[in-house]
Amino acid sequence: MGFLSRRVIDRWKRVLWGFTGEGILFKLIIYFLLTLVGFVYLYPLFYMVSYSFMDMDDLIDPLVNLLPTAFYTENFVRAAAVMDFSRTLIQTVLVSFLPAALQTVSAALIGYGFARFRFPLKPILFALVLATFIIPPQITMIPQFLMFQELGLLGSIFAYLIPAIFGQGLKSGLFILIFYQFFRSIPKALEEAAQIDGAGPYRIFAVISVPMAVPAFIISFLFSMVWYWNETTLAALYLGDQLRTLPMQLQQFAATYQKLYPVAPNSQTGRSLNEAINMAGTFLNMIPLLIVYFVAQRWFVESVERSGITGE
Amino acid sequence: MRLSHRWREVLTGLSFVGIWVVGFLIFTLFPLVRTFQFSLNEVRITAEGIRTQYIGWENYRAALFLDVQFGDILVQYAMETLVTVPIIVVFALMMALLLNVKVRGKGVFRTIYFLPVVITSGPVIKQLIDQGATTLPGIEDVIEMSMLEQMLPGLIADIVTYLLGSFITILWFSGVQMLIFLAGLQKLDASMYEAASIDGASRWESFWKLTLPMMNPMIVVNFVYTVITQSVFALNPVIDYVQKAMYDPAYGMGYSAALAWLYFAVMLVVLGLFVLLVRQRNR
Repeated sequence: MGFLSRRVIDRWKRVLWGFTGEGILFKLIIYFLLTLVGFVYLYPLFYMVSYSFMDMDDLIDPLVNLLPTAFYTENFVRAAAVMDFSRTLIQTVLVSFLPAALQTVSAALIGYGFARFRFPLKPILFALVLATFIIPPQITMIPQFLMFQELGLLGSIFAYLIPAIFGQGLKSGLFILIFYQFFRSIPKALEEAAQIDGAGPYRIFAVISVPMAVPAFIISFLFSMVWYWNETTLAALYLGDQLRTLPMQLQQFAATYQKLYPVAPNSQTGRSLNEAINMAGTFLNMIPLLIVYFVAQRWFVESVERSGITGE
Repeated sequence: MRLSHRWREVLTGLSFVGIWVVGFLIFTLFPLVRTFQFSLNEVRITAEGIRTQYIGWENYRAALFLDVQFGDILVQYAMETLVTVPIIVVFALMMALLLNVKVRGKGVFRTIYFLPVVITSGPVIKQLIDQGATTLPGIEDVIEMSMLEQMLPGLIADIVTYLLGSFITILWFSGVQMLIFLAGLQKLDASMYEAASIDGASRWESFWKLTLPMMNPMIVVNFVYTVITQSVFALNPVIDYVQKAMYDPAYGMGYSAALAWLYFAVMLVVLGLFVLLVRQRNR
């Protein structure tokens, strides 16, 4: 047993596995699992991208599975026409950037108020802020809808902006919580020094606190923007047909397509809606958000740590 | 007259949060009360305005005992949530543990896993499911569906088939939870694990005896977050139903309001169950 002595086995075990899991084998297993799961995550996107370039022959051909034989871009031309892409894109940007900006500003003010000042009923009010996150929009949307209708705000961006200003926009409670945590984690010393120098609370907020909370502003704005962008239930209710967002157009893709490209009774070519065009539409709808994600990826991924939501 | 320091602080504080208080009253509390009031009435929208006629709990009775379809989707929602949410949370925890190992390039994986949080919207998911992009090819070859249904009792077979059919979409809903766990794991004290290992605890033991109890607050947060995101997601059939009832002259806003309240009640029960369960386990 000289060759496979205990010492040799132990040494190999250490190299492969390591004392606390830093060995080669251990790392290989981790990489394998991470890659496998990563593949499963991205599979729908691979599928979408690859199908969106397929022409009719590729779709029918049983031998063509995942990769198209050529880049066929007509799908995108049609999908863009169906979604009225450039106009819808501008409207979507408007309908998501503006409410997000206002929601972020008001969440910052409200979060700062809760983090820095003592006033009566504060614990109850703060509990209600958190409760608003649990209340599903479905339960408040009917009276809100009627309210906006009476005020003549339906179909305009104000139906989104006004609740956002008052800290009652999409998931506002969460953003207020983020700012609350963030401002509380900033040491008070600087603010107190400014106070001694005679600066008022609003000046302190604007000149000292806000610049220190820039990460919270970026995180809130990004998430708020993405969530407003992807919202469809409230968008359909409040914005109606006047303002169309990309996800709303995608929702009605099939119906619009049939209106735009009616199938003649005895046509022979593949003018009808197929998987490829659907996937091209989905891809087009996703591209702006993908760009935002890859530009601001660091902020998205570090958001949870930076927001201090897990407690400090 | 000069205000006392204490009063000045109260006024300044209220000037910051006042906008929220006003907004809460107008856009949340008032609608909540009004939805409840609607749910006890027959509501008609006429040219002159809204006409309501008090009918007591009739809308709720109709929704619970006469509306077979609503009952079905409500039960289906509750079942699916009870099954899906723990899977999402457990999966998020497992992935956070993997990402917490010091390996190179884990930032790339983190970026991949978080991507769906940004691009997920109701229509996108619906398109991907409809066009078959969310079922991995070959999974049906590996696991024989019909055999599965023969071997397992009905309910479990249903659950397994549901999971296999929608597991990509389940993964896609775990990004935020994963990061919450990861942030929690990174705050754990390494010296605690050293002490445990000196006392002879295996990694397996220290996971159950140290990591999991320390993660408990994040587990609660993640259960709450997951239940809520699943419940308000646009593809949820209950939401669709509530919304359709709103416009449908046969049902009306009063009935729709009752449905919304019932839905909220079921959601709270599911939420409460999970929170109780997690707390209980920890004791």
